[in-house]
Amino acid sequence: MYKNFRFVKPSVLPGFKLALGFTLAYLLIIVLIPLSGLFFKTATLTWPQFWETITSDRVMHAYYISFGTSFLAAVINVIFGLLVTWMLVRYDFPLKKFFDAMVDLPFALPTAVAGIALTALYAPNGWIGKYFEPLGIKIAFTPLGILIALVFIGLPFVVRTVQPVLEDMEKELEEAAASLGANRWQTFTRIILPHILPALMTGFAMSFARALGEYGSVIFIAGNMPGVSEIVPLLIVVKLEQYDYAGATAIAVVMLIVSFIMLFAINMLQKWSQTRISRG
Amino acid sequence: MASDKVNKSTSEPLMVQITITFLGVAFLFLIIGMPLVAVFVEAFSKGFKAYIEGINEEYAISAIKLTLLVAAISVPLNLVFGIAASWAIAKFDFVGKRLLITFIDLPFSVSPVISGLIYVLLFGVHSALGEWLIDNDIQIIFAVPGIVLATVFVTFPFIARELIPLMEEQGVEEEEAAILLGASGWQTFWQVTLPNIKWGLLYGVLLCNARAMGEFGAVSVVSGHIKGETNTIPLHVEILYNEYNFVAAFAVASILSLLALITLMLKRAIEKHTSAERG
Repeated sequence: MYKNFRFVKPSVLPGFKLALGFTLAYLLIIVLIPLSGLFFKTATLTWPQFWETITSDRVMHAYYISFGTSFLAAVINVIFGLLVTWMLVRYDFPLKKFFDAMVDLPFALPTAVAGIALTALYAPNGWIGKYFEPLGIKIAFTPLGILIALVFIGLPFVVRTVQPVLEDMEKELEEAAASLGANRWQTFTRIILPHILPALMTGFAMSFARALGEYGSVIFIAGNMPGVSEIVPLLIVVKLEQYDYAGATAIAVVMLIVSFIMLFAINMLQKWSQTRISRG
Repeated sequence: MASDKVNKSTSEPLMVQITITFLGVAFLFLIIGMPLVAVFVEAFSKGFKAYIEGINEEYAISAIKLTLLVAAISVPLNLVFGIAASWAIAKFDFVGKRLLITFIDLPFSVSPVISGLIYVLLFGVHSALGEWLIDNDIQIIFAVPGIVLATVFVTFPFIARELIPLMEEQGVEEEEAAILLGASGWQTFWQVTLPNIKWGLLYGVLLCNARAMGEFGAVSVVSGHIKGETNTIPLHVEILYNEYNFVAAFAVASILSLLALITLMLKRAIEKHTSAERG
């Protein structure tokens, strides 16, 4: 059985060794070796030191803020992302192409630019912030500001994941449901929603994962008060600036593991989504 | 033909349609449109002269030059990598292919801050390599090479992930025919493969370049923030902003916003072109 094992299927095309060799070397040098350094550096800490670093009060608060705001932002993005996608796929209205293109802006706009622009809008004397100030609501420099920045950067993930699935959905399914007596709301909740659910969940996970690691758009609007509006990526930078390399690394390892779990979850969701579609 | 009743049941009542469209447009405008408008309004808030002064200034110009330099190095590196990776992955069947694709996507799921941190750990003063670099007077961290490395890392998957699905879809028949007709490997690549993938390639380069020029978190960690030396445009925006020099900060930010707008327009144009080609 092992005699027939081949690493690569024979092909008349040349360049496999060169292309794969270069790919692997480049991947090792740029990504894998530097990333593994993170784990080696953490290994210089003893287990109790590591544990103490990643569970100290300030770090715990930062997890709370980061996970809480990222989760809420992903929920808001799923709700409004679905609304926006629905409008873009199902309805016709003036400037539709323009609004469709607008969805991609958070992908293209550098995060620092988004950060200062959002702060200008939501600061107490800002365009939007000044209407909330008299009501006693502060948006910038509080977790609410972080939430807005994370909604901004996460929205295209939901829209661009759900959009193709909704576009490809066959109208016949809805017609069948309708002719069997379902009203519009029943058709939506029983036919359409289950069909786009995997895509919605993928969008949720992508938006959440991106929000957890986000730095540039958040730090300007957050105010960065330890224990109040300090996110985990910022805490890594703070530790680095204090030359606490081991501390920064320990927190980074925790976040990296979370990212890997999210990556795995997203891959699983995408697989589920694909089997759904090919069956449908 | 569907009866009126069925039509009613496969679309929403007009009032619902209007409400959804209104909410959707309002949300898009409030969350995504307003920040972009704010950049330009703030940039010109003290008039055109102040705007120009914010950009036409020694440190802003050196930041622009550095950003162009960094993109000019990192985009071609990732371009060569993207082509090599997609050639190996899409044109051949080998063990561990899916794992390799996952590894290529890895930088997308790493926080920008961590992307910078890993190079600080590798080349910083506390590592063995860092000590050797200091002894030999080579600076990587808090210098241009570090900025390039961090940028290469965060833009690593862009071109490869555009090309892999495209080349997988196109299969190997055309290349095999070229080889069997006596073309060399390079001839096959330049005359058969490249024309087939040129739009996807351009698309990947466009996105890669936008991210390379706009990257903030990773570059911020490795840069050292030396004015006129290791400041890219996004870092310069941060410094101006933290110095309460808002007009200049937004003026410089408007350059990056223009870049984003141009990127989106070109992206649309390429998408239109490829969908037209596919018919």
